[in-house]
Amino acid sequence: MTAEPEALAEEQDVGLVEPEISASETAAAGGRRHLLSISDLGAYGIEEVLRVSDAFVEVGKRSIPKVPALRGKTVVTLFVEESTRTKLSFETAAKRLSADVMSFSASSSSLKKGESLRDTVETVAAMGVDAFVIRHSSAGAPAAVSRWVDASVLNAGDGWHEHPTQALLDCYTIREVLAEREGLAPGEAGMGCFKGLRVAIVGDIRHSRVARSNVLALAALGAEVTLVAPGTLLPPAVETWPVAAVSHDIDDVLPKIDVCYLLRLQAERGAGRFLPSIREYSSEYGLNARRASALADGALVMHPGPMNRGVEIADEVADLPRSVILRQVANGVAVRMAVLFMLLGTPHGQTPTGTLASLGGAWESGSA
Amino acid sequence: MARLEARPTIVIRGGTVVDETGERRADVVCAGGVVKEVGDSLAIPSGATVLDADGCFVMPGLVDLHTHLRQPGNEDAECVETGARAAALGGFTAILAMPNTDPCVDNAAVASEVLALGAEAPCRVAVAGAITVGRAGENLAPLGELAALGVRLFTDDGACVSDSGVMRRALEYARGLGVTLAQHCEDQGLASGASMHEGEWSSILGVPGAPAEAEELVVARDIALARLTGGRLHLLHLSSARSVALVAAAKAEGLRVSAEVTPHHLCLTDADLAGYDPLFKVNPPLRTTADLLALREGCRSGVLDAVATDHAPHPREAKDTPLSDAAPGMLGLETALAVTLGSLSSGSVNGNGNGNGNGNGAAPYMGVKDVVGLMSWRPAVIGHMATSQGGDQGGPIAPGAPANLCVFDPAESWVVDPAKMASRSRNTPWSGRTLKGRVRHTICAGEPVVVGAEAQR
Repeated sequence: MTAEPEALAEEQDVGLVEPEISASETAAAGGRRHLLSISDLGAYGIEEVLRVSDAFVEVGKRSIPKVPALRGKTVVTLFVEESTRTKLSFETAAKRLSADVMSFSASSSSLKKGESLRDTVETVAAMGVDAFVIRHSSAGAPAAVSRWVDASVLNAGDGWHEHPTQALLDCYTIREVLAEREGLAPGEAGMGCFKGLRVAIVGDIRHSRVARSNVLALAALGAEVTLVAPGTLLPPAVETWPVAAVSHDIDDVLPKIDVCYLLRLQAERGAGRFLPSIREYSSEYGLNARRASALADGALVMHPGPMNRGVEIADEVADLPRSVILRQVANGVAVRMAVLFMLLGTPHGQTPTGTLASLGGAWESGSA
Repeated sequence: MARLEARPTIVIRGGTVVDETGERRADVVCAGGVVKEVGDSLAIPSGATVLDADGCFVMPGLVDLHTHLRQPGNEDAECVETGARAAALGGFTAILAMPNTDPCVDNAAVASEVLALGAEAPCRVAVAGAITVGRAGENLAPLGELAALGVRLFTDDGACVSDSGVMRRALEYARGLGVTLAQHCEDQGLASGASMHEGEWSSILGVPGAPAEAEELVVARDIALARLTGGRLHLLHLSSARSVALVAAAKAEGLRVSAEVTPHHLCLTDADLAGYDPLFKVNPPLRTTADLLALREGCRSGVLDAVATDHAPHPREAKDTPLSDAAPGMLGLETALAVTLGSLSSGSVNGNGNGNGNGNGAAPYMGVKDVVGLMSWRPAVIGHMATSQGGDQGGPIAPGAPANLCVFDPAESWVVDPAKMASRSRNTPWSGRTLKGRVRHTICAGEPVVVGAEAQR
C-alpha cells in the first residue's frame, strides 16, 4: 500500500529505471486531481504527503538526484504573479521527476497583450499538459483553471488564499527537525510531534496565503496556533479561525512557544495604510536578538522567504542555529516532488487518477 | 391612442386575480389596451383571444426599479430590446433603465435615445438619470432638463454619491422638481477592492471583502440628509440587516425614505462564493444568512418597499475570469418572480436548497398578494409610474384600468437554461437549477407580449 523509499530507482547511466511504487499510491479511487487547498487533504492527506516526501528527500541526497517517475508528463508552471523560489522549486521538483517542464510568466506572456487567463490556459492545455502549477494574484484563480482544463492543477499561491505546498514543506521541516532531536529518521517519527505543538504565526496574517495554509495544516494535525499581529494585519472574522489564541504582544507569546513562524512584511503594507511605519512594526513585532533570547531553548524560527532582514527578522536571528529557514527551502523540492508524483505518477501508464484527498481516505480505511 | 384602440380583445380565463384589493377567482377581459371586464365565468366575446390562466395568478404587471440595459455603449452585454424582452418574459410591464451607460444618462440627448429605443419595446421603458455629471460625484447633472423629459428618479448607481455636500445639494435641488434621488450606498474607503462580503467566508477564502458597514454608513448618512433637506430618498439594493433597521427608524420618524432589495439577496449568501464562481459576485455582495433573514423580515414587515432585480448583464469574458477580475452583477429579470415568491412566500426557492430556513411545510411567510405588491404597485409608486399618480402601472385590475398584466403559474417547474434566455448575456446564478413558478403570459398595454412563456416579439 505504501511507497518504499528504497524502491525509487536511482537514475542510471543508461537511461531511467522505473520506480517500483504501488499503483494504489497514485490511483486511489474517486478522484480529485488537484491540490488547491490544504483542506483538500485533511490530516491523513498531509501525513501521506510527508511520508512520500521522505522518499524524495532520500532521492535528493543521491549523486544523481533524479528518478523517472514522471517521464513523458508535461508540467507547466504558470506564474501570473512573480515568484523566484517557488517557481524554481516546482521546476526543480518536476525535472527531478523527469517531467517535461514548460515555464510561463506573466511579464513575458500573451497575458500582457490582453489575452484572458482562460484563453491562455486553454491554449497551453491544447499543447498537451498534465499539470498546471499556478500562481496568481487573485484568490480562487487555480480553482477557476481547474474548471477550464482537464489537467491537474496545483495551487502555488493564489492571492491571500492559500499556498498549500508551503504549509506542507513547513510541516515536513518541523517534523524532520523534531525527529532529528529524538535521533529518529523523519519517517520513523510519526505525526505525534504536532499534537499540542505550540506555534506562533507572526505578522501580516490578513494578506498571507502562507498563514491560511499553515493554520489549516497545523490545526488539522493538532497543533495549537497563536496568531500575533497588529489589528490591521489580522484577518476579518479571526474568531472563526481554528487557532488557540490571538495576541498583539509578541513578547508575551515568545516564551510559550515551540515554533516562531515569521511572515514576510510586504513593503506596501507598511506605507501608512496598515501600519504607521515599517520601523514601528519592526520595533513592535520584529524578532530581534533580544526577543529571540526569550524563546525556549528548543524553539524553532521559521520564515517562508523571502526575508526582510531588519524588518520582521533581525539579521543575526536569521542565522541562528534555531532558524531552519534554509531547511524549509531544501525540503520544498522534495515535498513538491511528492505532491507532483502523487497527483501525476502513473508508473504503468494508467490514466492519472491519483488524488491527494482520496489518498488520505485510502490510508484511513486501509489502516483502520 | 389609435394604436391602443387597435389592441385585440383578450380573455384571460380561469385564474385568480391578485391585486392591491385582494384575491378573487375571476376572468379578465381586455380590449383596446384597457381592462373591460373582471368577473367569474365571463362570456367570451366573439373573435377574442383566450389565454388560459387555469391555476394561475393574474396580477398587475410587475415594475422593476433597477434594470441595467447597457445601451448605449455596452450592447454586447444587453440592449434595450433584449432587456425589455427579458423583462416581459419575467412578467414586467415596466422597467426603469439605470443611467450608468456609456455615455451615461446625464443629459437630455442620451435620455431621449434610450426613451426612443424603449418606445418600441415589449414593455414600458422608463429612464433614470444621473445625479452628477459623468456619475463622477462632483457637479449636478441637469436634473431639471431631464425631469422635463419625464425622468422621475435619479441615481449614480454603480457609484455612490460619496460627497455629503454634493448629496445634500442634490436632495435640495430635487425637492423643487418633485423627483426622487436613489442612492447606491457604498463607502469607498471600506469597500474598494472587494469581491465579496467581508466576514467568515471571505476570511477563509482569502478574498478581499467589503463589510456591511460600507453600506450602512451611507444609509445612515443619507437618512440624515433626507431629514436635513426634506428630500425624497430611495435606497437601492439594500443587503444588510442593520440597513433594514436604519430604514425602519427613518420611516418611524416620518422621513420620505423608501428602500428596495434584490431577489438574490433574499436567497443567496456569501457561502455561495465558496467555489469562487464569479456568477455569484455582485455589488452589494451577497451577505450572511442573518442578513438574508433580516431582509426577508423587512419585506414581511413592510419596511422594505420593493423587490428590484438589479438585472446586470455581462458578456462571457467579463465573468470567465478569476474572481477579483470579474465584473459584479447577475441577471434577474427572467427569474425574479419565481425566486422572490420562493424566498418570501414558501420560504425557499424551490428545488435548489437555498431557502435558508422558513420553509418546509410551515405556513407561508408572506401571502402572495404582499409579495406581488413588492414587485408591482409599490415600486410603481416609487418610480412615479402608478395609476394613482397618473401613470399606467400597478393599479387594481378593474374595468377601465390599463391592461398591464402578468399571469403567473405557481406550479410550473422549469430548469433555467441561460442559452434560452432573452437577455443577450448569460450570467445567471440559477443556470441549470430548477425554479418553481413561471410567468405564463404578459399583457403590456393590451398586447399579449408573452404567451405560454414565449415572447411574441
